[in-house]
Amino acid sequence: MTTVRAPGVWKRSANLRVGFLYLLPSIILFSVFLFYPMIRTIYLSFFLTDQNGNAAVNVGFENYSYLLTSPAFLNSMKATGLFVLYTVPIGIILALFFALLANEKLKGIGFFRTMYSSTMGISVAASSVIWLFLFHPSVGLFNRILLAINLPQIQWLLDPEWALVSIAISTIWMNTGFSFLILLGGLQNIDEHLYESSRIDGAGYFYRLRRITIPMLSPTLFFIITISLINAFQTFGQIDILTKGGPSQSTNLIVYSIYREAFINYQFGTASAQAVILFIIILVVTVLQFKLLEKKVHYQ
Amino acid sequence: MKRVELIDVSKSYDKQVDVISNIDVTIEPGEFFVLVGPSGCGKSTMLRMIAGLEEITGGVLEIGGKRANHLSPDKRDLSMVFQNYALYPHLTVGQNITFGLDVKKVKKTVQMERAKEVAEMLGLTDYLKRKPRELSGGQRQRVALARAIVSEAPICLMDEPLSNLDAKLRAHMRTEIRRIQRKLGITMIYVTHDQVEAMTMGDRIMILHDGKIQQVGKPIDIYNYPANPFVASFIGAPPMNISPARMEPSKSGIFIEDTIHVSMNEAQSIASSARSLLAGIRPEHIKPVITGAEEGNKIQVDVTNVEILGNETVFSFQVGQREWMAKWSGQWDMAIGDKVPILLGSEYFCVFDEETGELIRKPEGLEHLSIAKEVSI
Amino acid sequence: MRDSTLKKVWIYFLLIVTSVMVFFPVLYAFMISFMSGPEILQGKFFPESFKFDNYLKVFDRLPLVKYLLNSFIVSLTVMVGQLAVCSLAAYAFVFIPFKGRDFVFFIFISTMMIPWEATMIPNFFTIQKLDWLNTYQGMSLPFFALAFGTFLLRQHFKTIPKELQEASQIAGLSRFAFFWKVILPVSKTSLVTLGAYGFLTTWNMYLWPLLITTNSSVRTVQIGLKQLQSQEMSTDWGVVMAGVIVVIIPTLLLLFIGQKQLQKGLSQGALK
Repeated sequence: MTTVRAPGVWKRSANLRVGFLYLLPSIILFSVFLFYPMIRTIYLSFFLTDQNGNAAVNVGFENYSYLLTSPAFLNSMKATGLFVLYTVPIGIILALFFALLANEKLKGIGFFRTMYSSTMGISVAASSVIWLFLFHPSVGLFNRILLAINLPQIQWLLDPEWALVSIAISTIWMNTGFSFLILLGGLQNIDEHLYESSRIDGAGYFYRLRRITIPMLSPTLFFIITISLINAFQTFGQIDILTKGGPSQSTNLIVYSIYREAFINYQFGTASAQAVILFIIILVVTVLQFKLLEKKVHYQ
Repeated sequence: MKRVELIDVSKSYDKQVDVISNIDVTIEPGEFFVLVGPSGCGKSTMLRMIAGLEEITGGVLEIGGKRANHLSPDKRDLSMVFQNYALYPHLTVGQNITFGLDVKKVKKTVQMERAKEVAEMLGLTDYLKRKPRELSGGQRQRVALARAIVSEAPICLMDEPLSNLDAKLRAHMRTEIRRIQRKLGITMIYVTHDQVEAMTMGDRIMILHDGKIQQVGKPIDIYNYPANPFVASFIGAPPMNISPARMEPSKSGIFIEDTIHVSMNEAQSIASSARSLLAGIRPEHIKPVITGAEEGNKIQVDVTNVEILGNETVFSFQVGQREWMAKWSGQWDMAIGDKVPILLGSEYFCVFDEETGELIRKPEGLEHLSIAKEVSI
Repeated sequence: MRDSTLKKVWIYFLLIVTSVMVFFPVLYAFMISFMSGPEILQGKFFPESFKFDNYLKVFDRLPLVKYLLNSFIVSLTVMVGQLAVCSLAAYAFVFIPFKGRDFVFFIFISTMMIPWEATMIPNFFTIQKLDWLNTYQGMSLPFFALAFGTFLLRQHFKTIPKELQEASQIAGLSRFAFFWKVILPVSKTSLVTLGAYGFLTTWNMYLWPLLITTNSSVRTVQIGLKQLQSQEMSTDWGVVMAGVIVVIIPTLLLLFIGQKQLQKGLSQGALK
């Protein structure tokens, strides 16, 4: 008891070992369900596969060169790009508008906040079914309205010109809830004193919005833009229920394309190559996001 | 009650330069020992090494005569009060107080009994059911104290426990902590940056600067005979006036800032050569020249600033490159720009060696007043 | 004074119009769920009467109770699993200093950049090889580790004063006891946030259950909706909407109760 020797390597590495132990569940799960499959996906993308997803023939970059010349895939990429363009900016501006309204201190504001955030509680499947009905050519609400005001009816989901826009509209609606919640949280984190001092200086509402609210909100905006972008690239459920990629491939977004290639056509090699492309796109988008925006983002 | 002994203790991070070095000190059982120094001097690190929260990289720590370098904190038989109190926010005051006892598997009935007793001592009885966030700063501080006391550990460590309180409450808690420590007879190691706390609370104080001991001793000895210029200017408010000085060629006195001459009888003995010196005098030792006073070191100064504090008057004046301050009791009618005659009694001067910082001449004739001699009833 | 009243009226107007627009599709679906076929064809908004015929039918046509139960089991499992795995990891990242910790954390965060869809093909085969198709563990286990959840909890743990750990050390609390008795209770709010988030996202999950359920044994309500919609296409919208309402009620309730909490907790995780 009285003599305590200096601790050896074993004791000095106690923190390392214990820390590792606490991280172990995460590390195992990430390895099995994220790192391994990511590497496996990259590996498979260089092969033709059998029905069970085993690598059969090494084809080098052929899967990629096939994809990059395939009109179907290029079409899918174009549709995905357009879809991102339609949904992300409008979705965020709308959510920001709602959040600004809901950030006013008024009676009953809690009720409105709940309304705005409600779509977060509605699953993609449920939302898609509701919108399927709204878009219905004959009984759907939209065409009834068009009919009522004597405008030509639109084949929302069946017309290749309109299908992607329709999906985009429904997607914007589905995502406002989450974006709204995050942005409202960001707005409420802004120090009241900033507004008080600007009011003393006599600044108007839009001046305050431009000079205080938006700059102070920029970390939150940055976060929600990144998340929205990633989410848009990952769109699947609404496609599967509303259009199944059609009409004439106009809504065949990349994840749906991967799904079809893999689990309907059993072409795991080309599906993997598409998955790798998706991964690269998201990687580039996030890195660009950080590079472009991080400088402009105002952290406290 | 246990003794705490530090033998040549040092601390370094990543085998780099020592942040604390050569600490040799023995804290006696039942002593109230204060570690004081400016922020970043290593006082908290030292306390945390005693607590076992930081590794000791050199030297030996003994607690109660046993080597404790590698003992885990809970085996050291001590309690600790933190600056931010470290109360568990999810537990009630009562649960906070008994937390340590519960960990040590003390019987519930005993826990209750001891908590009740301590709560009474600190006036917390009415708050036992509340959560920490419902308490004021002062009450939280008491809970932190209660938690330390209830453990009945023979050693208590406190890390700036009063610095989050307002001035009035702080003064009150100073006496209260001191009272409790005396009553329980525990060994107290108390860290503060506030020299007033150090002076008023400590049996002995240790002044740390840049990780090195500057001086250890009774507060009044440190005040009167500071070991070096750092201690001299750190302890006391306003601080001691210190200026460079040199030996007069005739060796009958010193020249301060090349402007003031102070004659010193024993100047011969201090100065074996004309090395560079520092001379210091406390503001209250600069006296007004009253009619009939002997000539001595009387000079005229221009007042550059005045603060009248009701019971005393503090004013500054320029001495060469430096601004000095003087403190006179009572209210003095003076204004900036006035010429004031002052008396620099040579006996009050401390003289330091500028290079080594060593005190080479102690002040003399400091008035130790004692009731029996000075007051007749 | 008049100025601010006018402003208030204007804001209320905008609030009412926009929130009604946002909530309208749900409200409409709710109304449809009480309508008969002819009523729907007439294009009414209010049903003639609030009869539960469609609800009875939907439970008749689909093993909806079974699906609901499956959804509950899977969502609860993922929720608990995520809370356990993420809180352990976050605890290590905040309270156990070790060499290379920042690097490991960086790896954790970078996993957020791997889209789950890019890994689904090998994951599907992994589950198949483990013979976990149509099992609860196959449905839930892959989602236990979550970088976002770890990050969220880490943010909260970081606000807990280090002195709390030191005080516990002096009291003689073991590391795990400190985690269990102090950290978890103190972080109740962010655990609730993450729990609600995990439950919500799992309940709403679509692609994974679509891949790994081939029969009704563990199939969730979301796939049930797809079945319902493809079976009932253009025939009986009332029944389909009844199904929709049944499926969204649990999550809507959860959201209504926890809206404030979620908003606070999630935006904390969003900020540095």
